[in-house]
Amino acid sequence: MKLDTSGLESTAPLFGSLSSGIHDEISAAPSFALPNTINFDGFQKEAIQMVKPAKGTTTLAFIFKEGVMVAADSRASMGGYISSQSVKKIIEINPYMLGTMAGGAADCQFWHRNLGIKCRLHELANKRRISVTGASKLLANILYSYRGMGLSVGTMIAGWDETGPGLYYVDSEGGRLKGTRFSVGSGSPYAYGVLDNGYRYDMSIEEAAELARRSIYHATFRDGASGGVASVYYVGPDGWKKLSGDDVGELHYHYYPVMPSTVEQEMVEVTGA
Amino acid sequence: MPQIFEYNGSALIAMVGKNCFAIASDRRLGVQLQTIATDFQRIYKVHDRLFLGLSGLATDAQTLYQRLVFRHKLYQLREERDMKPETFASLVSAILYEKRFGPYFCQPVIAGLGDEDKPFICTMDSIGAKELAKDFVVAGTASESLYGACESMFRPDMEPEDLFETVSQALLSSVDRDCLSGWGGHVYVVTPTEVKERILKGRMD
Repeated sequence: MKLDTSGLESTAPLFGSLSSGIHDEISAAPSFALPNTINFDGFQKEAIQMVKPAKGTTTLAFIFKEGVMVAADSRASMGGYISSQSVKKIIEINPYMLGTMAGGAADCQFWHRNLGIKCRLHELANKRRISVTGASKLLANILYSYRGMGLSVGTMIAGWDETGPGLYYVDSEGGRLKGTRFSVGSGSPYAYGVLDNGYRYDMSIEEAAELARRSIYHATFRDGASGGVASVYYVGPDGWKKLSGDDVGELHYHYYPVMPSTVEQEMVEVTGA
Repeated sequence: MPQIFEYNGSALIAMVGKNCFAIASDRRLGVQLQTIATDFQRIYKVHDRLFLGLSGLATDAQTLYQRLVFRHKLYQLREERDMKPETFASLVSAILYEKRFGPYFCQPVIAGLGDEDKPFICTMDSIGAKELAKDFVVAGTASESLYGACESMFRPDMEPEDLFETVSQALLSSVDRDCLSGWGGHVYVVTPTEVKERILKGRMD
């Protein structure tokens, strides 16, 4: 049994009816064999639990005067166990566009790579780069076609196109939101706290980078499932650039140097009767 | 381990050296993934040569500790001496088994110096099954990682300073693989003449 997604394909054939077999293989929407089971939903539920390692995450992105700032932590966890402290959660779609990764690692990686292919194909066919609006809609439509089948993706598409900076939030439930400030993942409430408090539209690149880094740091401090390295990317008129990648373990003592002291909290005995 | 043991998160370790022992823990108190405090005390002093670490559910750990202090004080009044580590372990075990069908969700670690400065370490499950060990014992949400670290780093008859280094390195490297514990460490090294207490800086994520 195969899931037929050909009807959902949004890109028109590039060379009329001349499309060859090889061409189809990269441009057509991939189709996946579905498990042969009666209780499809129940099977999916069990399978999802097996293949979902990267659950805890903090990612954020915001638009400001100079462009878009994108930042993320780098921890992957399986339950309470930390399976990696060096995951690339900011995915480079092309030199002008970035995607962030929250939810299932494989789902995010695969569909971002797939989006990268589609964007390149668009570029080749139309002799100009795809807009952030277009790219995010391409991804949102694919994710919507798999809705209810257990994909787990929470992503932000950030980039610079002909209209200037662009930022969209896209998720596997089919949501697609345009905005100036987003944070996604288990650490997002903490990141939002710092981000909303410190955000101004007319920040310099340095100020914006520091705000992004600080927001990620505070999220990694409070959220057990976020940690590792706080990476910060900037997207401007000339494409994206990685600004920093700081080990959070060192960042803490940079922000809060330790004053030598004894145990702060002690179990004190009740005096009197 | 059932979910309730992982509600607050913890890491505990006790290790034996030459006429001395070390007991160490992390400093995090969380509610599931949310970190509430990073200066939490999990290791309690029973008397100068006897320490108790309680991993698992923090509320039960505190209640259990209060009951144990109470029983130890009654013992001191009646016997006019401190409890031996072996005796204290039996007391903990008995108090835990009292709640056989509705246990305290704690895994205790007991470490002390007995007669002739002989180190004693032991751990128990939540209903009081004692597990005595000659080298090291571990408990908490990072216990798997701790077993691995201790298994490879332990050497018999270490001097107090070596023991401190070994325990600290084992603790810090283990909690770096656990979401629910860490945020600094707390180490006690106990010799017949003194108790050294140190706070470790660790990764705060």
